[in-house]
Amino acid sequence: MTNQIIPAVKRRQIIELAETGKRMDGRSLTDLRKVEIKTNVVEKAEGSATVKFGDTYVIAGVKFEIGEPFPDTPNEGVMSVSAEFVPLASPGFETGPPDENAIELARVVDRGLRESKLLDTSKLCLIPGKKVWIAWVDIFILDHCGNLIDASSLASLCALLTSKLPKAEVVGDEVKVLDEFVPVPLRAIPINVTLAKIGDKLFVDPSLEEEEVMDCRLSVAFALDDQKQEKICAMQKGGVGTLSFEELLRAVEIAKVKSQELRKLLPSGEK
Amino acid sequence: MDKKLITEDGKRLDGRRFDELRPIKFQIGVLKNADGSAYVEWGRTKILVGVFGPRESHPKHLAMPDRCLIRARYHMAPFSVEDRKSPAPSRREIELSKVIREALEPAIFVELFPRTTIDIFAEVLQADGSTRCAAISTAALALADAGVPMRDLVSSVAVAKVDGTLVLDVMDMEDKLGDSDMPLAMMPSRNQITLIQMDGLLTHEEFVKSIELAKKGCMEVYAKQREALDSHFRVAGKEEV
Repeated sequence: MTNQIIPAVKRRQIIELAETGKRMDGRSLTDLRKVEIKTNVVEKAEGSATVKFGDTYVIAGVKFEIGEPFPDTPNEGVMSVSAEFVPLASPGFETGPPDENAIELARVVDRGLRESKLLDTSKLCLIPGKKVWIAWVDIFILDHCGNLIDASSLASLCALLTSKLPKAEVVGDEVKVLDEFVPVPLRAIPINVTLAKIGDKLFVDPSLEEEEVMDCRLSVAFALDDQKQEKICAMQKGGVGTLSFEELLRAVEIAKVKSQELRKLLPSGEK
Repeated sequence: MDKKLITEDGKRLDGRRFDELRPIKFQIGVLKNADGSAYVEWGRTKILVGVFGPRESHPKHLAMPDRCLIRARYHMAPFSVEDRKSPAPSRREIELSKVIREALEPAIFVELFPRTTIDIFAEVLQADGSTRCAAISTAALALADAGVPMRDLVSSVAVAKVDGTLVLDVMDMEDKLGDSDMPLAMMPSRNQITLIQMDGLLTHEEFVKSIELAKKGCMEVYAKQREALDSHFRVAGKEEV
């Protein structure tokens, strides 16, 4: 990153303002920024979505490809999530292979999608042990203004929710891909919410300036079970600060409420 | 997938109760070149950790004027798992290196060593579940062995849900076939969490129980870490007299 000197002054300012329940951009501690979702933004992708959290701007695309299954799951399709921090998104991003931040982001998004069992991979098998559908989910960060995890999770989710799977016919050992599409087999939908801890306060959907001075962050993903009850499906702490047990439980409670709010914004027909 | 992980008498595959750790044996000061080192046999998981520093930052532009830079590398030997693993760092190892660093750094007084670097290298020689937790707990001892001033040790353990039961200290089979996995690291005497990750489906109630079980486990690991430090430095102390 370009500037490693911690802006101690800004940190104090953010903490003092938080004492009165406010934030630098006028939000309360539990407010999300304005969230905008657009789907089918890239026609050549089988699924795509852009998501904005305030000025944070992320695009995700889904491509389906026929490939080999993993040896230990011969009857299941494969999902793979990657993230690119492209250099136009921040003066701090450089070209080159994904660094630990990009890898962590992709793996946290992946865990939410995977552990909620969103994709029914058993229905993505074509020839057991030989040919299955691989769902490639690629995340591009376009403008980094904080909370990339939630924006990327939502973009990946919306791209998958609106994606279409090519119809394929299996004749013997051959797979013929038809010029028709079927809906992607989807199940429980995960929603990820990230909070930053600064001092002893928790900030929902942290902005970049908040992230720069935070102690740590906690991301929690929720999925609904058959009884429409929220279950925690993934969690990740990031950053070098610590959390008390009380803070952890408080953060999970807040994240749950905010996940319900985000769930209402999903493309129509989904919940 | 149909394999029972909890037998009818409530025991696990290796005979443990749900809240029992595997046998853990820490050894301190096992390497000559490293400034600090430690080795653990945690059930069948075997990890060697070496610490170098505080030492001059290299490359120099990484040096920070107000604090020490902490770097950590978690790496698995190709022979540590059933199917040979490529020695090149995988995405998983890169992520784990990051969270391990973030789990240890809160315990280190980084402001005491400006412009320097502390490198923490964890080599997994055999992996049988909970390797990140074992690496963190062992690295805390290697840091102490290197004489790095610390606020507290860092102790870590994972809790899983297998066959609907929450179990402490996850071994490989339970991780692969279980429903959830939650590694947690903490500074025990400060009661602060330095790492938490989770995957799998848990209700809120199960999550709260998992945390309590993990905390109990961390306290037991902490006792073993202190015991290891005590016996190592007591012997070392006698030699110097």
